[in-house]
Amino acid sequence: MNPWIVSNLWLVPAVPLAASLVILSLTNSRRNSAAVLATFGQIIALAVAIVAFLSTLQTPGFRAVHNFTWFTFGDQTLRIGWVLDPLAAAMMIMITLVGLCIFVFSVGYMAGDKNITRFFAYLSFFSGAMLGVVIANSLLLLFVSWELVGLASYLLIGFWIERPSAAAAAKKAFITTRIGDLGFFLGMLWLYHNSGSLLFYDQGRGCLEDAGLLAIGGSATFIALLIFCGAMGKSGQFPLHVWLPDAMEGPTPVSALIHAATMVAAGVFLVARVYPLFSLGAVNGVTPSLTVVVLVGVVTALMASLIALAQFDIKRILAYSTVSQLGLMMVSLGVGGVAAGIMHLIAHGFFKALLFLGAGSVIHGLHQEQDVRKMGGLRWIMPVTFLTYAIAMLNLSGVPFFFSGGWTKEEILHNTAQWPVSPLPDYLMLAGVILTALYMTRQMIYVFFGSKRPAVEAHESPRIMTMPLIVLASCSILFTLVLTPAWPWLHAYLNGESARVDFGSLIQPILFLSFALVAAGIGLGWFIYRNLGERDPLARAQPGLFRFLENKMWFDEIYEETVIVFCRILSRLADWLDRYFWDGLVRLFAGLGQAFGVLSKGLDDHGINAGVDETTSGTRGIGRLIAAAHSGQIQTYLGALAVGMLLLLVLYAWLS
Amino acid sequence: MTPTLQLFLIVSTALFSIGLLAALSRRHAIFILIGIELMLAAANLNFIAFWRFGPQPQPPTGVLVAIFSIAIAAAEAAVGLALVIAIYRHYRTTNVDQLDQLKG
Repeated sequence: MNPWIVSNLWLVPAVPLAASLVILSLTNSRRNSAAVLATFGQIIALAVAIVAFLSTLQTPGFRAVHNFTWFTFGDQTLRIGWVLDPLAAAMMIMITLVGLCIFVFSVGYMAGDKNITRFFAYLSFFSGAMLGVVIANSLLLLFVSWELVGLASYLLIGFWIERPSAAAAAKKAFITTRIGDLGFFLGMLWLYHNSGSLLFYDQGRGCLEDAGLLAIGGSATFIALLIFCGAMGKSGQFPLHVWLPDAMEGPTPVSALIHAATMVAAGVFLVARVYPLFSLGAVNGVTPSLTVVVLVGVVTALMASLIALAQFDIKRILAYSTVSQLGLMMVSLGVGGVAAGIMHLIAHGFFKALLFLGAGSVIHGLHQEQDVRKMGGLRWIMPVTFLTYAIAMLNLSGVPFFFSGGWTKEEILHNTAQWPVSPLPDYLMLAGVILTALYMTRQMIYVFFGSKRPAVEAHESPRIMTMPLIVLASCSILFTLVLTPAWPWLHAYLNGESARVDFGSLIQPILFLSFALVAAGIGLGWFIYRNLGERDPLARAQPGLFRFLENKMWFDEIYEETVIVFCRILSRLADWLDRYFWDGLVRLFAGLGQAFGVLSKGLDDHGINAGVDETTSGTRGIGRLIAAAHSGQIQTYLGALAVGMLLLLVLYAWLS
Repeated sequence: MTPTLQLFLIVSTALFSIGLLAALSRRHAIFILIGIELMLAAANLNFIAFWRFGPQPQPPTGVLVAIFSIAIAAAEAAVGLALVIAIYRHYRTTNVDQLDQLKG
């Protein structure tokens, strides 16, 4: 037990938030101070997070909470607090470490931007809010931080406000995630209604502990599904995934931090955090809500990896890859592999941030070119970017050995294979592995191999941008040490067990299967894309299918024709109602008022005014009479004065 | 002939009447001012006379009031003359019969 760090866990989100406030007060000319402040805030947060992490190592399954009363309303007492457990600690370390790398990268990437102070203020603000999500021990506090994260995301997607597309993307992201959050909010209300507490852990009385779960009982499925709506919105799950690829309008470090590594993972984190709600009353590890999670995850993962095959924007390919990986994590949570899902989340945080920063480095080196068809042959020109990108790509594709992503993905597949309901998700996930390897190989070939195509001169990025790439690449490799079945330390840490060293378990049939699939995917990719022509090879072979995928399966158009048209009709109806019904009522009352006014005017004119007129004309007559005495001749006045004096004297003499 | 209160009062009444007459009859603004000054002088003379022949003729009391009054008269004369000049500049005349803008 380490009471100091538990009761002061708020420092982790508070430091970046405070840094953000200070930076906001700086003028635009204080560029360096803004960057230094933001980075420094992140370093302090990382340090505190490490202290917190170390204190969770004392006992397996360490969990400490710090709750306090926020306010009392009548006889309802609202309590919030924070929790330190392996889940929170691991997430904190990942967020602050990846965040720090991205902050440093941003110094180089955003060097030419005139609003760099605003950028760092928003970035710090985001970091603080995200850490708040992670440490919250109350669904309400989590929701507040969750919405702050959404706000930060909105601000950062629309950072280049002068671009209409960025403003539209920011709005789209905000509104789409709000739809999910509505469900989240309703779920929260329902949960509070049933369990009487929004605290997760509260010495046996929290809503995730036995007494609370007992009170929730049968409605847990609905509550869990409503909360899952929020997770779907934030994590870009089908059908609310449409905002995430558009969010790439923001600066690339933002895409790396928010729309790849941390914020979009918040949905997965949320499901993991309230997992007892999902698994309540599970038979053989299966509940209706978990099955929904699996289905949504499978659909999302497959759909996104197919779309990624036919995109040409370097960031959009990565965005769809993120969507598909998040689907994979959801599947893992749904089939019961919470630890595997979180492990993949953390590993994904490292290598996806690396991929985005690498893409940022390429975009920076090619002077804001994002179309992969105009890249090519960059492996000699940008060697550091190429090497780190290749490491991340092998991670994402799921190559085991030295790459953390491979091990975590393998563990997810292992869990999925044991799902008792249906073997279908497992097969589809294996297909997803091939697809992932395929589209990443396609992207690598487009960007780094082949002949040099860029019209502009490319150059390697400066040290301040390549250093974070190297750090992240090292992290994603070193992270493997605690992941492998030989020493599944992280798995045990998250599950609250203690790990054993067992090299024998390295050899597993499914490991070979997944490795064979990855090799097949990469080999197939190499075979298809090794000779890039004028048009994409897939477009040559299957033009119709390719168009379907290139247009993102027409999701935007479908939504445009259904949801948005529906909204428009609804608003037109409301407009009509307002214009003719309510307005008519208002006019009726206005008419009544006017009639009354006319009546009272007549009364006034003929009844009251006559008397007043008499009085005034009388007053005026008297006034005219008196005015005649006022001649303006001073000496007349003076004479009158003298006569008056004399009269007074006579009166005085006569009286005395 | 010893001076008596009556004698002073007769002189001051005469002075006051002359001033009043001047102020009422003359048409020139400066003469009116002079008349006013004469009336003030008559009032001052009354102060001094009543002091001198009063029950307690201590040195400073009545004289101080008279000196005050003279100072105020000087200030009043200055303001009055300034007004006359301003009126003259505006109307090109100092004849009070023509200055009847204040009539109701």
